[in-house]
Amino acid sequence: MSTLALEKQPTRHIPDKLSTPAGRILGSWETLLAAVAISIFIANSFASPHFLDPWNLSDATYNFTEKAMIAFAMTLLIISGEIDLSVAAIIALASTAMGAAAQAGFQTPALVGIGLGAGLLCGAFNGLLVARVGLPSIVVTIGTMSLFRGIAQIVLGDQAYGGYPASFAWFGQGYMSDFSWWPALPGFEVVTFEMVAFVILALAFGILLHWTAFGRRIYAIGNNAFAAQFSGIPVQRTKFILFLMTGLMSGFAAVCLTSRLGSTRHTIAAGWELEVVTMAVLGGVSILGGSGTIPGVVLAAIVMGLVTFGLGLLNVPGIVMSIFIGLLLILVIALPIVIRRIRSKAAA
Amino acid sequence: MKAIAKLALGTALGLALFAGSASAQNVKIGLVAKSLGNGFFEAANKGAQEAAKELGGVEVIYTGPTSTTAEGQIEVINALIAQRVDAIAISANDPDAVVPALKRAAQRGIKVISWDSAVGKDGRIVHLNPSSNELIGNMCLKLAASHLPDGKGDFAILSATSTSTNQNTWIAEMKKQLPKYPGLNLVTTVYGDDLADKSYREAQGLLKSHPNVKVIVAPTTVGVLAASQVVKDAGKIGQVYVTGLGLPSEMAGAVHSGATKEFAIWNPIDLGYTATQIAYRLVKKETEGKPGSEINVGRMGKIKIGDNGEAAMADPFVYNKGNVDEFAKIF
Repeated sequence: MSTLALEKQPTRHIPDKLSTPAGRILGSWETLLAAVAISIFIANSFASPHFLDPWNLSDATYNFTEKAMIAFAMTLLIISGEIDLSVAAIIALASTAMGAAAQAGFQTPALVGIGLGAGLLCGAFNGLLVARVGLPSIVVTIGTMSLFRGIAQIVLGDQAYGGYPASFAWFGQGYMSDFSWWPALPGFEVVTFEMVAFVILALAFGILLHWTAFGRRIYAIGNNAFAAQFSGIPVQRTKFILFLMTGLMSGFAAVCLTSRLGSTRHTIAAGWELEVVTMAVLGGVSILGGSGTIPGVVLAAIVMGLVTFGLGLLNVPGIVMSIFIGLLLILVIALPIVIRRIRSKAAA
Repeated sequence: MKAIAKLALGTALGLALFAGSASAQNVKIGLVAKSLGNGFFEAANKGAQEAAKELGGVEVIYTGPTSTTAEGQIEVINALIAQRVDAIAISANDPDAVVPALKRAAQRGIKVISWDSAVGKDGRIVHLNPSSNELIGNMCLKLAASHLPDGKGDFAILSATSTSTNQNTWIAEMKKQLPKYPGLNLVTTVYGDDLADKSYREAQGLLKSHPNVKVIVAPTTVGVLAASQVVKDAGKIGQVYVTGLGLPSEMAGAVHSGATKEFAIWNPIDLGYTATQIAYRLVKKETEGKPGSEINVGRMGKIKIGDNGEAAMADPFVYNKGNVDEFAKIF
């Protein structure tokens, strides 16, 4: 009878190797995103004659640079199994603090310090409640989302802070060619400060996550926090540091955005928390924690920036644009799963 | 990889479908709303398209962010700059935050004006107000007089809060212009704080304490609606009338019940029409939009540019039984 049972079992395809290194690169999430980015780039340049203008592309990077800065830190946080939904509210609070300081006559270096410091403090507050008190981060940061923005709202009411020093405008509006040491090569004159910050931060977070012991700990915590704890990884301290980093990056984004807008209102950066999380998820970060890469998030940021700019050039209404981003998210997430299903069926 | 190639092709085709074909000779004017999907701005776009048709050779690009944020408007402005539009006419979500982006537009030769909701004076050439305080004050008195037999009788004002800047300015204008209407007698001003229930009680008290009041003027949308309700509930339709500033969608019921014969508010269609006209004249260099100058704006006549480059379009538009239903669908 046992032979009959064996016969009924479907034959299984067992590969002799899991996959070749080349196959792994070709089939990876990052390759898929890169292909999407390139095809959107090509489609955009056909769809609008204005797309390939270097100055236009330079303007377009503002659609994603500030959000991506936060998304890098958010990536680490999500990989560790936590989330911070208060990032946009931190921007509002940090920007309000800078606005108040500017009114009091503080100069640019002090303003930047205040923006970063406010972000760091907000991050520390989130971190304490999650890592020390042990509350779930989604609950904590939904609370601080209202708290931080609420403070900004009380301070500002329906008023706005303006009157930032002229030199402060450089962070969000300046070009690197303002420096004499910047190479005067063709195409280099359109490089903004925010682009350079984006590249440096991408490298820094990439190295931190993929080439350091700290980075490996983040994956360990995200995959199994208990096991990580028993392996001697300081789980709570690591999480606290990650909240600090997210706060700091939100503070930095606040500096850039406030500088770009030249004014602060309590509605500043409204809704950005979801765009930042979307960027991370589109970049292949598992919302359940434990996996994800910085190159993926970099590509996702570029894809989102290209899509919004390209559709903007064609005057596609914002509502349709949101639908497009939503579809893209579902498509990119569903596609690998569907391909795997089809492959396993074909193999069977 | 085949799947990836298919995806790439699909994306490319999808995007290519959006590609429009615009002729290069057209004057391109970007009409930027506070947000899309708002009836008021859809109506303004209707007016803008009308102006474009009338002027000829004008393409109006009606656009705006999904939600009423300054960041969203900046992305839209950047996209318009990139398309090299000739003019941008914007109703700003934030008077200051859009200024740097609009300055950049101006640097690249784009004529920028604001309408409805103003942009700081550094960011635009002209700001088009739907009306002016003087005209609004006058319109309120005109409406009060038209509800009274021979324009003679007592009227009272139901305002928002005693500290509302807009309402106080308009009431001051009404008092200033009162001598122009010799039959009108202002009895009192009460404050409903722009709360529906308080406005209702204040209007109720008004009818009891001043039985001679024949018209209630409420220069606030909350007040005018609450007062109409009081007149209806008290069974005084035909004896007491309510007028002032209100939204057609909210006031349609009161107009049909007879509690209100006429009321006023800006007309978004005219506003979009005029904004487009001004933008076009600036592009064609028919005017520089300097304070003190006049701009020809088609069927809306001529508009005088005042201090700080601010201009007032016209009297508030009067709504009555004849047109309220049409506009109630819009805003």
